[in-house]
Amino acid sequence: MRTRLFVPLLALGLAACASAPPPVTSAELRGTGDLGVVIERAAGRVQVVEHSHDSRLGTVEGLGDLSHAHVAFSRDGRYAYVFGRDGGLTKVDLLTRRIDRRIVQAGNSIGGSVSQDGRLVVAQNYEPGGIKAFDADTLELLADVPAEYAPGKFSRVVGLADVSGQRFVYALFDADEIRITDFSDPRRPVTTRFPAGRQPYDGLVTPDGRYFIAGLFGEDGLSLLDLWQPQAGARKILAGYGKGEEKLPVFKMPHLRGWALAGGQAWLPAIGRHEVLVADARSWTESARIPVKGQPVFVMARPDGRQVWVNFAFPDNEWVQVIDTLEKRVVHTFSPGKAVLHMEFTPRGEAVWLSSRDSNRISVVDTASFALRRELPADAPSGIFFTARGQRIGF
Amino acid sequence: MDRSLLIHVAVLLGLTALAVTAAPAAEPAADRQAALVHMVRQDCGSCHGMRLAGGLGPDLLPARLADLPDELLVATILHGRPGTAMPGWQRFMDEAEAGWIVARLKTGFPELP
Repeated sequence: MRTRLFVPLLALGLAACASAPPPVTSAELRGTGDLGVVIERAAGRVQVVEHSHDSRLGTVEGLGDLSHAHVAFSRDGRYAYVFGRDGGLTKVDLLTRRIDRRIVQAGNSIGGSVSQDGRLVVAQNYEPGGIKAFDADTLELLADVPAEYAPGKFSRVVGLADVSGQRFVYALFDADEIRITDFSDPRRPVTTRFPAGRQPYDGLVTPDGRYFIAGLFGEDGLSLLDLWQPQAGARKILAGYGKGEEKLPVFKMPHLRGWALAGGQAWLPAIGRHEVLVADARSWTESARIPVKGQPVFVMARPDGRQVWVNFAFPDNEWVQVIDTLEKRVVHTFSPGKAVLHMEFTPRGEAVWLSSRDSNRISVVDTASFALRRELPADAPSGIFFTARGQRIGF
Repeated sequence: MDRSLLIHVAVLLGLTALAVTAAPAAEPAADRQAALVHMVRQDCGSCHGMRLAGGLGPDLLPARLADLPDELLVATILHGRPGTAMPGWQRFMDEAEAGWIVARLKTGFPELP
């Protein structure tokens, strides 16, 4: 497109030298720090959006099955790596809004992450169970690390997070393990295994990348690994939070990515229960429980930590609640639309974008006044991802 | 599969068989059918995939379901599978509706409208 724009200029003889890069007009130039991607899950399409003026810039199609899609960003904020359920990994150029490269790297995938140095993209897969590392520029396969836990048995991988030293931490749903794979030599990765609790369903790292926490589905509690001293092994925290009570049916697995660390406390979704669990982030012991409207899915802190926003599993998924972290209570309850699947804060938190799948819209809400700032149409939107994630550990 | 699970499934099968024989299944109304298709693709889809090709839950495609008895599948939908992440959905649908879903899953599930 750029070439075509400059044809008239060439004709005027203003760019006579063929080897020189074409000049770019100031109207064409833009940064990428305020860009983002909205997944239109059923259409296999993403919207490219910007949050300085809350607008849609365009769409990119042909990305396959985007149910449970995840997006990571190149460190320059220009490219979005879109991971599809069907194993598709697509590198989307946010500036030209075209597919730069696309591969199908697995049969069933749920996400991925970018290495500390920005040179590797690592995908986490259910089928075949394991992780794979790709060159971030070319998407060439560099290493395949199967999550084999018994001869011929491979686990589904959850909770993949990038941490320092070209390492990736993840959990094995079928094998009750946390693993660390070090890609310092990308073609010769080294994996270390740690026993964790039963059926880890997702994981997260603290913003400094020190602690990896896996949520457990098979027992009440979470598994914590200190990445500064992993040799000490994983330990159980908040064990038995539902003790003595009947296990409740879970209509959607909570997500821990984008979780909340605020005011020295970790805010975590309880499994099945209509509660947000609060743990002291030094001792990792329970400090409070906040009753909420349904089974929490995402429990996310506004970047300044003063608020925690919560959305819910079916059938309470039209609701969103806001917890004041100082008062430790719900201060606002509202419904931006039907089937609220995801929330994303602007990098400094003055606004939050919420996707309502069944209302076919994105709502941009002011986090100070809770006023609706804008609504943008979207086709069954799910995940919302801003490029600021590319600068954070564990995203 | 452990023994308690087997017993659980056997009891559920018995209950379901009774219920199925007692009340012959009627087709859900058209708007209810649309709601059920939406629920299966979107909400069951959070674990089984929107295209039902599997995820944290197994795939729900005709090839895998063909050999499984209808009553087992209806019981699984309504009451869940203990020891797994599969919850029971009886709060959201009745026996006949679960049976309608099973029949559609086995023949190729309708797309979202």
